[in-house]
Amino acid sequence: MGTTDGPAAGKAPDGLGPVLEARGISKRFPGVLALDRVSLALRPGEVHALVGENGAGKSTLIKVFTGVHRPDEGELRYRGEPASFATPLDAQRSGISTIYQEVNLVPMMSVARNLMLGREPRNRFGVIDAARMNAEAERVLAGYGVETDVRRPLRTLGIGAQQMVALARAVSIDAKVVIMDEPTSSLEPREVATLFGVIRRLREQDIAVIYVSHRLEELYQVCDRVTVLRDGRLAHTGDIHELERIQLISLMLGRDVGEVRSGGLTRFSRDRGRAVTAEPVVEARGLKRRHVLQDVSVSVRPGEVVGLGGLLGAGRSETAKAIIGALPLDSGQVIVAGSPLRRRTTAGAIKAGISLLPEDRKAEGIIPTLSVRENIALAALPALARAGVVSDARIDQVVDTFMKRLRIKASSPHQKVSELSGGNQQKVLLARWLAMQPKVLILDEPTRGIDVGAKAEVQALIDELAEAGLGVLLISSDLEELVEGSDRILVLRDGAVVGELSGDEVTEERIMASIAEHSSTNPEEADAHG
Amino acid sequence: MTTDTTVIAPESGNGAARKERISHLIQQHGALMVLFALIVVGTFGFDSFATPENAASVVVASSFTAIIAIGMTFVIISGGIDLSVGSLFVLGGVLAAWGSQYGAVVALLLPLLACGAVGLAQGLLIARTGMAPFIVTLAGLLGVRGLMLAISDEGATTYLVRDRTFAALGQGEILGLTYPVYITIVLALLGMLLLQRTGFGQNVYAIGGNEQAAALMGVPVARTKVYVYLMSGLLAGLAGALNAARLSSGVTILGIGLELDVIAAVVIGGTLLTGGAGGLTGTIAGVLLLGVIQSLINQVGNLTSSFQQVVSGAFLALVVIAQRLLSKAQRL
Ligand SMILES: Nc1ncnc2c1ncn2[C@@H]1O[C@H](COP(=O)(O)OP(=O)(O)OP(=O)(O)O)[C@@H](O)[C@H]1O
Ligand SMILES: [Mg+2]
Repeated sequence: MGTTDGPAAGKAPDGLGPVLEARGISKRFPGVLALDRVSLALRPGEVHALVGENGAGKSTLIKVFTGVHRPDEGELRYRGEPASFATPLDAQRSGISTIYQEVNLVPMMSVARNLMLGREPRNRFGVIDAARMNAEAERVLAGYGVETDVRRPLRTLGIGAQQMVALARAVSIDAKVVIMDEPTSSLEPREVATLFGVIRRLREQDIAVIYVSHRLEELYQVCDRVTVLRDGRLAHTGDIHELERIQLISLMLGRDVGEVRSGGLTRFSRDRGRAVTAEPVVEARGLKRRHVLQDVSVSVRPGEVVGLGGLLGAGRSETAKAIIGALPLDSGQVIVAGSPLRRRTTAGAIKAGISLLPEDRKAEGIIPTLSVRENIALAALPALARAGVVSDARIDQVVDTFMKRLRIKASSPHQKVSELSGGNQQKVLLARWLAMQPKVLILDEPTRGIDVGAKAEVQALIDELAEAGLGVLLISSDLEELVEGSDRILVLRDGAVVGELSGDEVTEERIMASIAEHSSTNPEEADAHG
Repeated sequence: MTTDTTVIAPESGNGAARKERISHLIQQHGALMVLFALIVVGTFGFDSFATPENAASVVVASSFTAIIAIGMTFVIISGGIDLSVGSLFVLGGVLAAWGSQYGAVVALLLPLLACGAVGLAQGLLIARTGMAPFIVTLAGLLGVRGLMLAISDEGATTYLVRDRTFAALGQGEILGLTYPVYITIVLALLGMLLLQRTGFGQNVYAIGGNEQAAALMGVPVARTKVYVYLMSGLLAGLAGALNAARLSSGVTILGIGLELDVIAAVVIGGTLLTGGAGGLTGTIAGVLLLGVIQSLINQVGNLTSSFQQVVSGAFLALVVIAQRLLSKAQRL
C-alpha cells in the first residue's frame, strides 16, 4: 500500500514550491495523539482533498495550520518560510482563510455584518457605512445564489444559506489558501454546484484549496490530489484520479479492498416494500402553512421506512417540524396510533412517541459541556427506567452498545462531547435519538458529516429499528441512501406532495423524474425581479 | 413571490416574517413605548407630574445611572456582567471629593484612574484567565466596598468637595438641566456611534453572539473584553465623580445595590442578558423608565419609596417574560 510520495512528486508542475506545508506535525490532546508526524504539501492552484474517518485528525490538522492549535512537534511552512500563527486572525491576515466545521458565524448578527465583520466599509469619518455595507453584502451574496434581506439576523436563514454566507466570507477575504472543512455537509445539490463553481474560480486564480468531505463522489469532481489520514497518521498522498473510490475507502478504513467491496457501500439489507398492513403509527393530514406547506399528508406504518425526497425548500424539514409540533400550522392534524394530538406542542408529540433528529444539530441538540454518556442517556432515561429508577449499569450498557456500533471515537464515555471530532458529535446525537425507543422516529439527514464506515452502520441500525416495529420517516439529500433505505418515498416540491413511489418504483431516476416533471409549470429561475 | 428563484428564502413565510419584524421592533423599542405610555398616564393622572421641574428632576437623577448603564450595555452585549459598578461609583465619588483639595483636574482624573484600573484588572482577569465575569466582578464589588469602609472609618468620615470649579461641574445648569445631563447625552451618542458604527462595536456583538465563532472569524476577543470592562469601570468612576460634584461630598453609603438597578435598566431596555443583542437607545429608555416609575410613585404620595422597588421588580419580571416570548416568536 502506497504511503507518502517521493520528493519528486512533491514538486508542482510549474516549478513553484508548496504554498503551505506541514512537516512531521504531531498534536497531542489529553488521552489521544490526534496527529502523529503528519506531513502535507499544498501547491498553489490545486484543490487538495483531505479525507479520513471521523476522528482521524482532519480538523485538528486544519486548526494547526490556522493557529487555533499549536503543534507539539514538527514545522509549518508558508510560502517557503517557516511560519507559526499565534491566532486565527494571524493566519487570516497572512492569507489563509478558513471555513471551520462546527462553528462559523454569529447567528444573532445580521447577514451583512457576519459577512463583513472585520472589514466593514468606512465613510470618510472612519465609521462604518451601513448602507454601503448592506449593498456590498447583497451584491456579494447574489454571486452565490443567495438573495435575501441582508439586514435580517443570520439565524433566520436556512443552514444551507448560512453555509453559503460563510463561504462567501472566506472567499472574499483576499486569500492565498482557502481551507474548507466539510463545506457541503449541509448544502443542497444546487448549492454544491455553486460551491464547485467558486472552487474552480479559485483554482484559476492560483489559490490553493484544502477540501474536507465525507461525500467521496464530490472529491472526484473537484479535487486534484488527496491526502488520507487514519488514526492521526498519514496513510496516503497522491493524485486522486489514480485511486478508485473503493481504494480510497479501504485506505480510510485501513481494510483490504476486497473486504470493503464485499461489505458494500450502503448497509441497508432488509426486504424492501413488504406489504405492511397494520394501522399507521403516525399520520399527518393536510398540513398547511402559508408559503411553506400546501396540504401535505404523510402516514407511516409500524415497521415501515418512509422517505421524503425533494430539493431545497421543498418542505421536507418543515414537514418533519410540523409533525413534531415545532412549526405552527394554519391547519392540519397529526394522529399518533389512532388518536389525534390535541395540543400541538413538541412536548406533547414526544410524549405520544414521536421523536425528531433535527437537521440543525448545532443549534438544537448537543450539550457540549456534558459527557458522551450523559448526552446519550439524557433523553433515553424515561425509556430505560423501571418504576422510575434507572440503574447505572443499564445506562452503561446502552451507552456502550451505541458507542461500539456507531464507532464513536472518544477516550472514554466520560469525555466531554465538545472534545470529540465533528462527526463523532453527530454520532452521539444520533445515538441519543436511537436510544430513546420511540414509536416513530423522524430522521432529518441522519448521516450528515458521518464517515463511510459509520454511515453503513447507521443505515443498518435504521433497518433494525424498523424490523423491530418502529415507524421511520427518513429525510436525506443523499439519493442513494434514500432509495436504499426507504420502503416508500414521497416526493415533495414547493411544499406539496407531487409523487409517491413504492415497490420497484423506488429508484433514483424516478425521484429525479418526479421532481423534474412538476417543475415545468414553474417560471424559469432567477432574475424575475431584475 | 413564491419559492422558485435562486432566492434562498428564509424558512418562514411572509406572514411569519412580518410577525418576526414586529416582535423584533417591540424587543428593541418596547421600553421606549412603555415610557411614552407612562408619561401620558402621568400627565393626565397627576397635575404636578408634567411640570418642567419634575421632568428636570427625573432627568437629572437618571443621568448618573445612565452613564453607568452605557458601560453596562457594552458589557452585557459582550456576554458578560459587571457587578462592581455600584462600588466603583462610590469609590469614584469619595476619591473625587478627597482629590478636590488639589483642584478640579485631580478631582476628575483621580477617580477615572482608580476606577479605570479596577476595570482594567477585572477585564484582564476575565479575558486572559477565562474566569467568570460574575465571580471576578463580584470580588471587585466586595473588595472595593471593603476598601471604602476602611478609608471612611466604616462610613463615619465624609469627604467634602473643596473646589468650586469641580462642584460647578455637577451643579451648573443650562436651560434648567445640570451639566451631567449634557455629559450623559454626549456619552450616549458617542456610545451609539461606537457600538453601531465601529469595528469595536461589531466585535462586542460578535463575542456576545458566539464567542468561539467570533474568535475563528478573527475577532480579537481578549482585547475587546478588556476594553469593555475598562470602559465600564471608567464610566462608573466618572458617574461617581459627577455625583460627588453635585452633592458637594463623597458619600460612602450611596451606591449599594446600584449595580442591580443599572442591570435592570439595561435589560428592560431590551438588551439580552445572554449577550449578542441590544442597544443604547433601549438602555436610555430603560433608565428613564425606572426614573419615571419612581416619580409616579412619589406623586401617589402615601406610598413609600420602597414600593418603587416592588414595581420596578415586577416590571423587570414582565420584561424578561416578554423577551422570552418575543425571541421565541422570532425563532419560528
Ligand atoms: N479540544 C480537544 N480536546 C481533546 N481531544 C480532542 C480535541 N479536539 C480534537 N480531539 C480529538 O482528536 C481526534 C481528532 O479529531 P478531529 O476533530 O481532528 O477529527 P476529524 O478528522 O476532523 O473528524 P470528523 O470527520 O469527525 O470531523 C479525535 O479523537 C478527537 O476526539
Ligand atoms: Mg472534523
